[in-house]
This record gives sequence, structure tokens and C-alpha cells, in this order.
Amino acid sequence: MKRFFLALLAIINGFRRRRSEEPPGPSGPIVSPGPPAPRGAELAVAALLLVAALLGVGFMFVYATESVGNRTQWEGLTLGGAFLFLAIALITAGKHLVPEEEVEEDYHDPEHPSEEEAIDQIVRESGSRITRKKLLITAGGAAGAAVGLAAITPALTLGPLLDTDELRDTPWRRGLRLIGDDGKPMFADQVEEETFYTAFPEHAKRDLLGAPVVVVRLPPAQLKLPPERAQWAPMGIVAFSKVCTHAGCAIALYRKPTFAPTQPRPALVCPCHYSTFDPARGGEVIFGPAGRPLPQLPLMVGSDGVLRAGGNFSGQVGPSYSTVRSRGPT
Amino acid sequence: MIRRAVAYLDRGTGASPLLRKTLRYAFPDHWSFLLGEVALYAFIVLVGTGIYLTLFFEPSLAKTTYNGVYAPLRGMEMSQAYKSVVDISYERNAGLLFRQTHHWAADVFVAAVILHLMRVFFTGAFRRPRTLIWTIGLLMLFTSLLEGYLGYSMVDDLLSGMGLAIGYGVALSMPIIGGNLALAIWGGQFPGVHAFESRMYIAHVLIFPALIATLIVLHLALVMRHHHTQFRMSPRATERRVIGLPAFPAQTPRSLGLMLAVAAVLFLLGGLVQINPIWQWGPYQVAQGTNGAQPDWYLGWLIGALRLVPGFDLTIGDYTLVGNPFWGGALFPLVVLLVLLAVPAAERRLTRDGSTHNLADRPRDAPGRTAFGMAFLTWVSLIFVAGSADRMYVFLGLSYEGQIWFYRVASLVLPFVAYFVTRRVCLALQEAERIDAERELAEAEAAAARLPAS
Amino acid sequence: MRRLAVVLVALAAAAAPAQAQPPAGVARPANETALSPIDLGAALYAGNCSTCHGVAGRGTPDRAPSLRDAGAQAADFYLRTGYMPLNHPDEQPKRGRVEFSERELRALIAYVASLGNGPPIPTPHPQRGSLNEGLRLFTSHCAGCHQIAGQGGVVTGARVPPLDQATATQIAEAVRTGPYLMPRFSDREITPSQLDSLVRYVQLTQHPQDRGGWGIGNLGPFPEGMITWLLAAVVLIATCMVIGRRLGS
Repeated sequence: MKRFFLALLAIINGFRRRRSEEPPGPSGPIVSPGPPAPRGAELAVAALLLVAALLGVGFMFVYATESVGNRTQWEGLTLGGAFLFLAIALITAGKHLVPEEEVEEDYHDPEHPSEEEAIDQIVRESGSRITRKKLLITAGGAAGAAVGLAAITPALTLGPLLDTDELRDTPWRRGLRLIGDDGKPMFADQVEEETFYTAFPEHAKRDLLGAPVVVVRLPPAQLKLPPERAQWAPMGIVAFSKVCTHAGCAIALYRKPTFAPTQPRPALVCPCHYSTFDPARGGEVIFGPAGRPLPQLPLMVGSDGVLRAGGNFSGQVGPSYSTVRSRGPT
Repeated sequence: MIRRAVAYLDRGTGASPLLRKTLRYAFPDHWSFLLGEVALYAFIVLVGTGIYLTLFFEPSLAKTTYNGVYAPLRGMEMSQAYKSVVDISYERNAGLLFRQTHHWAADVFVAAVILHLMRVFFTGAFRRPRTLIWTIGLLMLFTSLLEGYLGYSMVDDLLSGMGLAIGYGVALSMPIIGGNLALAIWGGQFPGVHAFESRMYIAHVLIFPALIATLIVLHLALVMRHHHTQFRMSPRATERRVIGLPAFPAQTPRSLGLMLAVAAVLFLLGGLVQINPIWQWGPYQVAQGTNGAQPDWYLGWLIGALRLVPGFDLTIGDYTLVGNPFWGGALFPLVVLLVLLAVPAAERRLTRDGSTHNLADRPRDAPGRTAFGMAFLTWVSLIFVAGSADRMYVFLGLSYEGQIWFYRVASLVLPFVAYFVTRRVCLALQEAERIDAERELAEAEAAAARLPAS
Repeated sequence: MRRLAVVLVALAAAAAPAQAQPPAGVARPANETALSPIDLGAALYAGNCSTCHGVAGRGTPDRAPSLRDAGAQAADFYLRTGYMPLNHPDEQPKRGRVEFSERELRALIAYVASLGNGPPIPTPHPQRGSLNEGLRLFTSHCAGCHQIAGQGGVVTGARVPPLDQATATQIAEAVRTGPYLMPRFSDREITPSQLDSLVRYVQLTQHPQDRGGWGIGNLGPFPEGMITWLLAAVVLIATCMVIGRRLGS
């Protein structure tokens, strides 16, 4: 108890000493006057301020006048100009009108060992009546943890936090027709070589990660698909997810050589980080940061001649995550 | 008049002793000490223009059809969010001025923060007692990067959609929890539930700005508490005594002038130089992309890193431990943050100097620190520049693949070169100064020796 | 950022020789004015094209494709853009100065057209097209490589040219022939009226609505970052230096 009082006294004392450090009341001049301002500085500042005022009015005029061409530019010029002249006026005033003086102060010592000690003492002594410290700390910890967890549990409502199955969803099913960018079904015999098409599953929303596919046609002799995909490319037509397996951008580039002997081979490329995929080899990565091949969509031709999905993709669509390889698309 | 106003204030708050002290608070004078102020003023412009924009922006992914004045978009289906920003640009008086000023302010804000950070680093101003200020500043910088990313992402134009796809890819790539994390943030598979837009919006206009503002207040309060560091520009400036301009009158017009100068630059840019013309990009769809898509400059180092990493996912059997975007998009910035956070403690360790420092070093006076700083800056800058390799190919004809290999090697080698060169330069500058000082001393002694003889 | 500027200058210096290489020049028959257009075309072909494309446009297996069915469409595109003649068969053709005179061009194009049954030069009518259809088509077929505002870009292995200098005819020819690595779009995939819209949109990108002021290349963040550092940051640092003292002052 005695020590507690001593500590308190020390704190109060510290306070009082601080107070006494305050400078005395004004007796002489506080701001050192210095030499008179250079001639013309006042006039210059006044002129600058007036220009700023004019520009401010100018802004309101431009704002209110319908017929001004390039309005954004005039608005920016007048408003920005008003700020600019105000800035020049103030900086000029700061450099030439205001007394030039320097003040000195002490850097404070950041540490106060006696007060640190006092705080420590207060906390320790406040627990003087407690005997079963461990029990209380354990109970308090349990309460804190449980209530804290309870308070953040509603964050689970944000999304399907525990079950990541939704990441596997694609709208493709065996037999679904491929619908082109123009909204019409894609006929296999109208798909041409040396170009690329974007297609979506019929009856599905287009804004799904698993919906868009990029379709290209290669001479069947050039295809080197894995053996189990031999039936996936009727007439040399192959389809891949249009979403890059690296970071989810759309594979919006298709390069094809005009003259194969001297030019790079056909490839699908992502414009974000230039991951490059080989459509002839089942979408495997030939350049760039992607770590997985593009998922291939098996194709078949219906009796009506329309391209249809022969099933779901060869792998999960979109960027990689922990179980992306061990589970297939659904 | 003034007397009466002060009396009124004093009666109500009793604050006149504090106010008086504040008026004569000493600001050490050096141009580089103003860089942090530039950042502060850019933030003020951001808040002001941002409030204006919230009055017209509609954070909704509901589909609508555009029928406004910009002909190429007419009849196109798009989100309310995107449409409202096209409308702000075309049909709200002064809307485009404020939008562009807001965007320029964001770009300039981060630039000013980084210049300020470099000044603090190279002068050793992060040392005790200002270590906590350094930490808060870093947290503010990284929060601001996220804040800026959200700002241009919620517009739902083609570029912002591509940026979000990459963000989704980085979230998914996190070890083990990636899938859960991405689903929680987006509410489902990309492009996510409609509420995702509201989540970005509330984070961008309330949560992050409030966080940044709180950190700014703490940052400035601690600077006030410890006073600013100073260069030894006069013999009276010591580790114990701070010399500077009084807050009032000398510093006030200068600071206000700087604030208005920042506003002037931002509004002039906002009116005269086009930034992010979203009407030209068109609305985003999952199936679409454009070449040359880049994030705003302050995330350029991340796209550089994402492009430099060789193509692989880290797997154990069929289990994907780490997706590729993790390295460049998450680990790299995390390493940069951790290294910067560790700087004060590491320097205390290496120099065995844990004392407080109020005098700022000139970079040459601490060759080891300066050399490390230049090496680190070289590393990050090279990766940053690598992010523009595709445009360099378009402009200069240097093969993209060749550049990628160049940067992969250079980012590992050149930091060491930068370290040794910087160290040599610092030591040479010190040596030159020592020789100068010795010569002056010798000349003075010679002159003194001649005097009595004559 | 000084570092970036230095790197840029260094890169520019390294690239300069490649850009500055003079075109190899074209071979002309001595008695050019005396020749009929058909003979002139044949003579120019023999002097400038046949080394790679072979006699009578038959092509050579490891150098260049046959021109039998290239038609006036491809010949007109490759010659009037300066893509051909190439210095070396392995390099990417790029836009350059056209060395042939108008009479020579007509003669050479007519000669190439006479080699087989290739398509004629298309005549797009951009004024009939619609801008929003053009934007939609450009986004889904072209923007991935050429950038949404036609500023060009990169596909791995090649530089994708900007479209700022492309004429309406050249745009149509490129869509139909698919030069170098570009896909080739038939009139089944992009109908003639859609092509009109596409051309109209590309022409818009050549004179975009830069309502915001100076367009800085319509490239988005890349030039915006340059302005931030090279203009705004420099001006603000200079302002700080005006306001504050400097060491040694």
C-alpha cells in the first residue's frame, strides 16, 4: 500500500514537473520580427490570390455553361489552376512575408523507467487478493476463446467456407450442344482451321468460370492427344476451357502459323501472364507460369451435325488450389 | 478579435497552453521531410473526391442495358456498377474530373508514400525511438495497395475483371486453405455472388479508409511525440536538441502551400491527362480478355513476379500444396513486407546500436544500410520493370521470352552488384570528404603558422 | 524510378540498331517504263519474291509458302504494309516503308493474283457498320492480341502490331488472310456486314474519344504509371525542394 502511494506520488510529481516546464507568459516579443519583407512581395501575393479567385469563379462559370467544349479539361484547368495560384501565393508568403526564425526544443526522452515500474506495480498489486491465479487465467482464457470464436463464427455465412466442392462445378454435361458467341449452335462442318471460336453450353449462364470453351480445329494428323482422348476430337476439332489454369484470365489469344516451317506452332495464349498452351497436345503448357494443362472438353458430333460435349472436362477448371488435381470436375 | 476567439476556445476546452505549445512546435527544415506531407495531402484529395464519387456510383452487379451517350456501348448489357461509372464519366457534370483526379491521387499517394519510405530508410529515421512509426507506415502502405486494388476492381470494366480474376487465382493458390479463402471472399466460384460487389464497396469506402485514417492519426501523433529527426545543419542541432521552423507562422503557409500544390497537380492531371478510360475498355465478361492488361503501377511488381515464376505448381502426388500464383502474388509481397518490418531490429543487431537517434544520417554515412537498401530496391524494381516486358516488346522489339529470361537472371544477380557498387560509392564519398577536411585543416594550420612570423 | 528510366534508355539503345536497319531495297528491271504491267509484275516478282516463294509462286519447302491461291487480297496487304519483301524468311514481317511505286504495286499484285484463284481485294464499307457490334466483335476476336484500343501487344513468339496505321482495306484483308500468326476469319465466322462494323470500330480506336484529356496511348496503367513518376512525382519533389532547405545550403 505504501509503495502504491509512492508510485502515485511519483506520477503526480512527473506531471507537475512537466507543467513547470511550460514557457512563461508573454512579456517580450515571442515571434522574432526580422528584417522587413522584400518590396513587392505583398503585392505579388495579393495578385496571386486574386488570380486564384478569378480561376475559382472561372470554374463555376465552366461548370454552369452547357456549351463549353472539352468541359472536363476546362474544369480541371480552372479548379487545378485556382489551387495552383493559391499554392504559389502561400509558398511565397511563407518564404518572404513570414518572419524568418528558428525555434529550439528538447527531444523528449522516450523512456520513463520509474513510471514503467509504477504501472507494473499497480497491475501486480491489484491482484493481491487473488490466490487461485492459474484457475482464473484458465477460465478466463476459455471464456475469451469461446466467446471470441462465437463472435466470428457468422463469417462462415460469407461463403461455403468448409466445403470447397463448389469449385469443381461446371455447367458441361454429356450431350450438351456448343453454342457460339453469336448464340447459335455450332455445326461441326462449319468449324474451320486457322481460326478460333468461343463457345458456351446451351441453357447455361455465360458468366460462370466453367462455361466458356475455346474451340479450334487442327489437321487430324497434327493432333498428338493422350491415347485415352483419341475420340475427343471429331474431325480434328478440339475444345478447351477458356479460363487459364494459372490465374483465371480468359485465353483470348490464338496464334497459328501462316507457314509452319519457319513460324511458331499453333498455341492458345493467356494475355495476363502469357501462359502458352498447345492445343495439339491436349492443352499442355509450353511457356509461361501455368502449372497445369488447360482442361480439355471431349467433343462429339450429334446426328444433327451440331458439336456436343462428350462429357465433362479432363480436369478442374480455373486456377490451382489444394485438391485441384485429385478430384475431377462436377 | 483573435483574443476573443482564443478566450472562447480556452473557456470551452482549456486548450490554450497546448495550442500555444503547438504553435511554436519545431519543424526541422529539409525538403525531403515534406514527402510524407505530400502523401497526406494526396490522401485528403482522395477522401474528398471519393466522397463525391460515392454519390453517383452504384455498387451493383445487376444487369442493365446501356443507352447513354457513348455510342460504341449502346445496347450492350452490363452491370449497374460499370454503367454508373460510364455515366459519371459522360453525364455527370464534373464527374469525369473528380473520377480522374481520384485515380491520379491514388497513383500519386502510393508514389509519395514510397518516396517517403525511401527517405526514412536511407536516413536511418526508422531507428529508436521511431521504430513503431516505421511499422505503422508499412502497414499503411500495404493497406493502401489493397485499397487501390479494390477501387479499380469494383468498376467492373474489362481490366478490373481481369485483375479480379488474378486476385482470385492468388487467393486459390494459398497453401491448404486457398480454396476456402477464395470461396469465402467471393461467396462462390469466380466471378462470385452479387454481394461480392457490396463487399468490395464497403471495404473500399469505409473499412480500409477508416483503417488508413486511424493509422495516419497514430503515425502523426507519434511523430509529434518524438519530434521529427533532423540533419545536423547547424552546430546547435544535436541528438538532444531539435532546431526548426515554428509551426506558426513559418511552417503553416509552407505546409498549406504544399497541400494546395498537391491538389493543383492532381486536379490539373485529372482535367488534362486521361486515366483509366473505362468506356474504351468495355464491360467485363469471364470469357473475354485484352492484351496489355496491367494493374495500376503500384501493383506492377506483382504482375512482374507472377510472370517471372517458371510454370509449376508445388505438388505431393495429386495434392497441390501451392498453386503457382502464390509465389509471385502472395509470397513475394509478404517477403518484401517482412524484410521492411524487420529492418529496425536487424540494424540494431548488426550494428549493436540500440540507442535512440534523433539526428538523421546522410546515406553515405551508413554505407552498409545504404548498400542494402539499394540492393533491395534493385531487386524489387527489376521485378517491377519485368511486369512491362510485354509493352517493351511492342515499343522496342525486344523478344518477350528473352526479356523474361533476362529479368530472371538479373533479379538474382544485379542486387549484389548494386550492393557492392553502392558501398564503394559511399566509402569513396566519405574518403573524399575526409581528404577535403584534412586539407582545409592543414591550410588553416599553415596560415596560422605564417601569421606570427610576418 | 530513376533506375527504371535508365533501364528504359538502355533498352532503347540496345533496340535501336534493330530498328534502324535500312530496308534491303528492291530490285527493278532496267527498262521498267517500257514494260507492260503484266511483264513488269513478272519481272518484279522474279527479282524480289521468287528466291523464297519460288518460280510462279510455287513456294519453297523450308522458306516460304506457295502464293498460288494467295490472291490479290494477300498480295495487296503484304506489299502495301511493307511486310514484304522480307530480308530473311525466318523473321516476323513488320510494317515498314513501301519501296515499290504505285504502278509497280499494281503490276506485282496483279501478277500474284494471276498465279491462281485467290480472293480479290475486299472493299469494306465502315460507314455501314455499327460501333457497338464492332466493339463486341473486336473484344471477342481481336482484343486478346491487339489490345482493346488497338494498341498492339504480345503473343508468345511474336509482336502483335498496333492498328493505328491500318487502312480500312488493310483491316479487312488482315481479317480474311490472317497474316503471320494471326488467325484467319472467313466470312462465315465474320460476315461482310460484321466486318464493316469491325473496321468502323478499329477506325474509332485510331481516333478514340479521349474525353478525359491527353490519351497517353490508350494503354491504361502502364503510361499512367509513367506520368505518375516522371511528371507528378518530379513536379512534387521540385515543389518540396522549393519549400524546404537542402543540405549544404
